[in-house]
Amino acid sequence: MIQLKINGKAQHVEVAPDTPLLWALRDTLLLTGTKYGCGRALCGACTVHVDGQPMRSCSVPVSALAGRSVTTIEAVAAQRAGRAVQAAWRKLDVPQCGYCQSGQIMSAVALLAQNHKPSDADIDAAMSGNLCRCATYVRIRAAIHEAARNLALGNPTP
Amino acid sequence: MSELINLSRRQFLQGGAGLTLGYALPGVAMAALPEAGPGKAGAGLAADLHFEPNAFLRIDADNSVTVLSKHLEMGQGTYTGLATLVAEELDADWKTVRVIGAPADARRYNNLFWGPAQGTGGSTAMANSWEQMRKAGAAARAMLVAAAAELWGVPASALSVSEGVVRHAASRRQASFGQLAEAAARQPVPADVKLKDPAQFRLIGKKAPRRDTPEKTDGSAQFTQDVHLPGMLVAVVAHPPRFGGKVRRFDAAAAKAVPGVVEVVQIPQGVAVLAKDTWTAKTGRDALKIEWDESAAFKLGSEEIFARYRELAKKPGLVARQDGDTDAAFKAAALVVSASYDFPFLAHAAMEPMNCVVRLSATGCEVWNGEQLHTGDQYALAGLLKLKPEQVTIHTLYAGGSFGRRACKDSDYVLEAAHIAKAIDGRAPVKLVWLREDDMRAGYYRPLFHHVMQAALDQQGKLTGWRHRLVGQSILIGSPFEKMLVKNGIDQVSVEGASTLPYAIPNLTVDVHTPMDIAVPVLWWRSVGSSHTAYSTETFLDQVAAAMNKDPVALRLELLAQHPRHAGVLKLAADKAGWGKPLNPGKPGERRGRGVAVHESFSSYVAQVAEVTVAKDGAVRVDRVVCAVDCGIAINPDNVRAQLEGGVGFALSALLHGAITLKDGRVEQENFDTYAPIRINEMPRVDVHILPSAQPPSGIGEPGVPPLAPAVANAVAAATGKWLTRLPFKTDELAA
Repeated sequence: MIQLKINGKAQHVEVAPDTPLLWALRDTLLLTGTKYGCGRALCGACTVHVDGQPMRSCSVPVSALAGRSVTTIEAVAAQRAGRAVQAAWRKLDVPQCGYCQSGQIMSAVALLAQNHKPSDADIDAAMSGNLCRCATYVRIRAAIHEAARNLALGNPTP
Repeated sequence: MSELINLSRRQFLQGGAGLTLGYALPGVAMAALPEAGPGKAGAGLAADLHFEPNAFLRIDADNSVTVLSKHLEMGQGTYTGLATLVAEELDADWKTVRVIGAPADARRYNNLFWGPAQGTGGSTAMANSWEQMRKAGAAARAMLVAAAAELWGVPASALSVSEGVVRHAASRRQASFGQLAEAAARQPVPADVKLKDPAQFRLIGKKAPRRDTPEKTDGSAQFTQDVHLPGMLVAVVAHPPRFGGKVRRFDAAAAKAVPGVVEVVQIPQGVAVLAKDTWTAKTGRDALKIEWDESAAFKLGSEEIFARYRELAKKPGLVARQDGDTDAAFKAAALVVSASYDFPFLAHAAMEPMNCVVRLSATGCEVWNGEQLHTGDQYALAGLLKLKPEQVTIHTLYAGGSFGRRACKDSDYVLEAAHIAKAIDGRAPVKLVWLREDDMRAGYYRPLFHHVMQAALDQQGKLTGWRHRLVGQSILIGSPFEKMLVKNGIDQVSVEGASTLPYAIPNLTVDVHTPMDIAVPVLWWRSVGSSHTAYSTETFLDQVAAAMNKDPVALRLELLAQHPRHAGVLKLAADKAGWGKPLNPGKPGERRGRGVAVHESFSSYVAQVAEVTVAKDGAVRVDRVVCAVDCGIAINPDNVRAQLEGGVGFALSALLHGAITLKDGRVEQENFDTYAPIRINEMPRVDVHILPSAQPPSGIGEPGVPPLAPAVANAVAAATGKWLTRLPFKTDELAA
């Protein structure tokens, strides 16, 4: 039995300690918004926030997370930046197949939390760990700029 | 391909197929809706409060309009496109429209271009549904109007409809679709309906936001990977390391010792370990000790295959196209230009690795899948499980990409899941999960190809002869599609793009060798034959243009006099890209170039102009791609743009990095470190220009892919003077 703090709630999961956070989220807690893509931190589809930092949940064992706070796509709308990013993603119809987009959004929110006005180069640096096989990159870039603008202007986010 | 489409389109119009009104039984479609575990699909649909004017839409008391998509949504925007067609003629409120996947049922949901088969591919979804889905919407609208007319005792002609509301202006009465739904269900289905004049369109050709975006931004979209059924077991499988390998014997003791492993079973595809969760199943799978029987396994490497193909290419193949007297043209030639090309195997590598959920019961089999070949998989499963096809229910979920992989002609992963369920006698629903390594090594690749090309120029410098020889495995021979698309031993999708070359060259031969002894499973990969033929034809034409000392755009336009749609997009792309104007020079040491390519695939025409920068060390950066597209009426222009943006990225991945290579029969790549799609830092700016058209819509999912690689290669040649003929690029060959 391992205790985790997921999306603000204490959760007990009965999994082997070496189980990656990804599978505890998906198979045990049924938080399936976080996706499996590669299992080796190469694609970013499994990105979550651990204490606000983006992390590849496929490569973090649950045993390493005692006392730390995990946020997944299901709860990212609780943050203003999360809502702004999701709204920009909707406005620009970023997703195609959609499978990588939870991870993209989690990385984008983490970027905007520490860089309020990212340049294209900042975006490329922060987002290059997230693969999109549909190559929605043009719109990801545009949507991050859009979200940054709305956050800076204090525009309300739905 | 276009011949087939035209034939089918004619039959469709003559036969009046389309609305399957005979099946308009309330409740029938609903019973087949996906309602278990995955998703909200079946929720809240009360049997007594809906009407189903046909199999394609339902309107509920809450005013929601639910469109049943007979096609898979794998990212290409089909759910939104099909719903747009329905909503346009229905005059629905777009905000109330939602889309779910239709069940597998070839009677109602066949692809009208494929005869009696349901499936998604060949960029046909919009083209085959163009009339059918609009008629569905128009029929429903007529029934809603008739219901209101009866209710209010006014003539139907006095009513208007907009945004999901029927109005009688004279009496200021109005009713929403939801209020009228029950009464409308009792109206007779109109025998014929009049469709709108395109001038009246208010959704088609306008911005209609994608219906699937909200659930794809909050994590709630349901993919096969996300299915959880009560009592379900997850299966992870050990597959043989080479194609054609078999299990000789295995020791499951260590796997079974992993806490949580429930079953270990042998299946024809390998050994499956089942557990309550994926990680445990994987841990168990990794603990298996298996001795493989590789006596019949395929053991060649990619380089040996290429060597064999080069030998084959020395002899004539089966002739796919012959115009004029090619030999005479080459005998009389003043100059012959030659080149040969190597194209590797390519994996689809969808972000969601292949997976499938199967639940067996006493009465049949239920499947959850990002289903792309409904009928093929349904029949394959029925055959394996000794069921009637209608006993196989398929719930179609979103696919996390496919690019052709989920339309496996042999139903490979679907049957693998069913074999596992059968091996445990259906005691639990089974979710087969392929890990990335399983997915990448499972075969069904874009076939490896070798091309040889020659062009003859006469004394006046005119292009008089063209030879194009292709060597590569057939995708279709031996598949259920063989009868449709293999003619005289020639697989049309091996040569498409080459045999359909549009240029006016009087003497032309295209021939092909189809080796049958290469046991690597191959499959269509986004844009199929055009994924390699566009590269060889369009880069070779640039080499010819250089030999003729002609501008590549000017030469193409000269040779495309009889092909106005090719010429139209070519002119538009060249114009928007500023063709002929000097490029901004790069930084010191950088070389810059601009290149063009034009290609028709799936009846759509795309031209692209690429601008590249080649660094001192040869590294290639694509700075900008200007696309012009003629896909007939653009149902959703923003989605057309999205598909071209994505097509550019997909093609660029293959050009810069993509290769599946075999060594001694083993696949050398297994994950995204060695098979690397491009990342955001490699993505160019993409400008898309849509040629206005009144032609019926043609495909958009694939046609953006083929021209990209040749446009970039031609740009690289413009910058460096070197044509790279082997994909992916070995950029050290471009070092200054």
